[in-house]
Amino acid sequence: MRDAGYAMSAEVWTYVKVVLLVATVPAIVGFVIVLAERRIMGFMQARLGPNRVGPEGVLQGLADLLKLVTKEDITPARAEKAVHFLAPVLAVIPALTALAVIPFGPPVRIGKTMVPLWVADINIGLLFLLAITSIGVYGIILGGWSSNNKYSLLGGLRSAAQLVSYEVPMGLSLVSVLLMTRSLSLVEIVRRQEATGLWFVFPGLVAFFIYFVSGVAETNRNPFDLPEAESELVSGFNTEYSGVKFAFFFLGEYTAMIIISCVAVTVFFGGWLAPFPSVPALRFLGVVPGAIWFLAKVGVFIFGYIWFRSTFPRYRFDQLMALGWKWLIPLALANIVAVALAVLLFPGRTTGLVWLSWILGGFFVAMFALSKLRQALARRERLAAEPHPVEG
Amino acid sequence: MEQLSDEKISQAEKDEAAYFAERAKAGAAAASSVPVASGDHTLFDVQEMELNFGPQHPSTHGVLRLVLKVDGERILEAKPDVGYLHRGTEKLFETETYPMGIPHTDRMDYVAAATNNHAFCLAVEKLLGVEIPRRAQLIRVLLDELQRLSSHLVWLGTSGIDLGAVTPFWYAFREREQILDFFEEYCGARLTLNCMRIGGLPFDLTPGWTERVAEFVADLPSRIDDYEQLLTDNRIWKKRTVGVGVISAEECVEWGLTGPILRGSGLEWDLRRARPYECYDELNFVVPTRQNGDTYDRYIVRVQEMRQSARIIRQCLEKLEPGEIRGKVPRVIKPPAEEVYASIESPKGELGFYCVSNGTNKPYRMHVRPPSFINLQALPRLAKGHLVSDLVALIGTIDIVLGEVDR
Repeated sequence: MRDAGYAMSAEVWTYVKVVLLVATVPAIVGFVIVLAERRIMGFMQARLGPNRVGPEGVLQGLADLLKLVTKEDITPARAEKAVHFLAPVLAVIPALTALAVIPFGPPVRIGKTMVPLWVADINIGLLFLLAITSIGVYGIILGGWSSNNKYSLLGGLRSAAQLVSYEVPMGLSLVSVLLMTRSLSLVEIVRRQEATGLWFVFPGLVAFFIYFVSGVAETNRNPFDLPEAESELVSGFNTEYSGVKFAFFFLGEYTAMIIISCVAVTVFFGGWLAPFPSVPALRFLGVVPGAIWFLAKVGVFIFGYIWFRSTFPRYRFDQLMALGWKWLIPLALANIVAVALAVLLFPGRTTGLVWLSWILGGFFVAMFALSKLRQALARRERLAAEPHPVEG
Repeated sequence: MEQLSDEKISQAEKDEAAYFAERAKAGAAAASSVPVASGDHTLFDVQEMELNFGPQHPSTHGVLRLVLKVDGERILEAKPDVGYLHRGTEKLFETETYPMGIPHTDRMDYVAAATNNHAFCLAVEKLLGVEIPRRAQLIRVLLDELQRLSSHLVWLGTSGIDLGAVTPFWYAFREREQILDFFEEYCGARLTLNCMRIGGLPFDLTPGWTERVAEFVADLPSRIDDYEQLLTDNRIWKKRTVGVGVISAEECVEWGLTGPILRGSGLEWDLRRARPYECYDELNFVVPTRQNGDTYDRYIVRVQEMRQSARIIRQCLEKLEPGEIRGKVPRVIKPPAEEVYASIESPKGELGFYCVSNGTNKPYRMHVRPPSFINLQALPRLAKGHLVSDLVALIGTIDIVLGEVDR
């Protein structure tokens, strides 16, 4: 009797959580992230950004939504109509579905039941994520193809090549994390980081960089926004989309951004854990609820996305492919070997990971210093080669 | 050579007619049905695609249309189609008196109106043989260099956006805004300035103008450092520009390319130095050149030119003394029946006016040598073999203004 009651209430909570996620994530995207993006970019670009609708522009999302919903929904006469309709749906549904396995925080007590802050903790969580997010790619490819527009077609082709290639390094970078956790469950990955007292970003520094670069490429964001490429392909795959369908693509892109950030936080940055759980002096950070930590970390990643967008020019198509195939994939493979060795040679696993962290950290600092030095030298050389007086 | 007989010609005409009939039929068939994979083309059949680039494309900087033949994204052929903004400016010059021609020049290169005015006035002054007072010369140089700065800032911002770097655009336009304010204060207009007259200038400077410009120019090098920080050593920016659209100095000369394109290829040719007009020969500045002739070098040359412009403005402000601003020009301008060519270094290259006078108060013929139009000719040569993404960079690096291309 008691079990049945528990099962029922768990089921109810699952529904509640699904509804909450599906209702809040688009709202968060529309109101918080888009506004944050525009205001932050405005700040970085010496301008104001939207500040007219509501106090400080907070209602801008509502205005945009109204605009998109009331716009005419146009389907080109020679488009492949069914696919043209399906593509934006394919872009959004997988992105929202993927949210199901993200653990937003530790279980919380509501009334008498412990409610976990994830919809489902499946034992193949990471695999499920990779599988479901790769479906979203079809939305873009099919959207580009079905519009029967040459620019859209080029955008679709670009995304077909780009997104499919970048899934390889992304998957490979996550493999090295699997070697550390021996579990695909996202909840288990966080628990494991809690037990080890070590965020996986330290032993998985290389993996994290590969993951995040591929993640930015997967979500079509700068500097990898080639399928859209406003200035080259006139928005590429979504040129022929308007109104609600366009809004769906938009929502899909931003939700994918959230997913990439959530996975990065969960896998590499300890999910809901407070920073440095093993350092006693920082114990007081545990006062802040786990879910808040999680959201804060995701926020940092979203900020990173925005920062990239306002800093970098866009890669060219062939350069992008070269980066993926010639650099990221070999690097990811080498990283797997390194992590496997660290896990194998030190039976306690944790010691091996700590050693790996130190080595990779040192390597990273050295590389960073070297690249800065090289940049400074190149700059000096360039300036020395051109003795153009600017005074007088 | 084989002589074509009548039969052969009529046969060729028939063949042609049959070919077009077939094409028309195929076209009608294609239009009536949704295009599904037709039987003729297997999966591995390589097809050229014709891509219509512009005239309403965000990166053609106006109404340039390019008909591209592409294999995937590689450009096999790029054919510019110009004339969407043709307003018959050269013909308009013939229908109006000399002073009435100046506002028309504003609308040619509309991001650099002052230099257009200057070149036009220079041609007419050469016909008349008027002496320009020193103060007017200095102010003209001042306006020219401010205009060069604003034109280069527009180029920097837009070509940055073309390659996906959005932020430099806002920085560049922030500074350009200040320059436009200076122009507004001087002549009341911001874009179509109409700020020069035959024989001198329409107005003297407003009080405090020179101080404000001096302040702006003193601040400018640090602003240019900001743009360079974002682009010059940026890995992606270099990847997108180094080795893209390489052209040698010899080829530049053959094509008649001038301005930063020529100097980016290593030839130190600047009319301000080579054939000094106004008081450029007294001013101390460097003509920046680079050797590789690619998009990156042209970028560096333009950025360096902005620094040099600031330097010229500083010197002009120092030399400025009170005096006349208009030379002795007759009330009705009736130059002797002669032909002259006068040219200046506009931000985009050599801007020249070839003026034929027949002794009346209207020019008999006024021909313009527009740098944008002539530089644009090299685009098919530059674009061949590059990707569509590079085409955008190339249009940016040529720095065209369609008002000047089409006139």
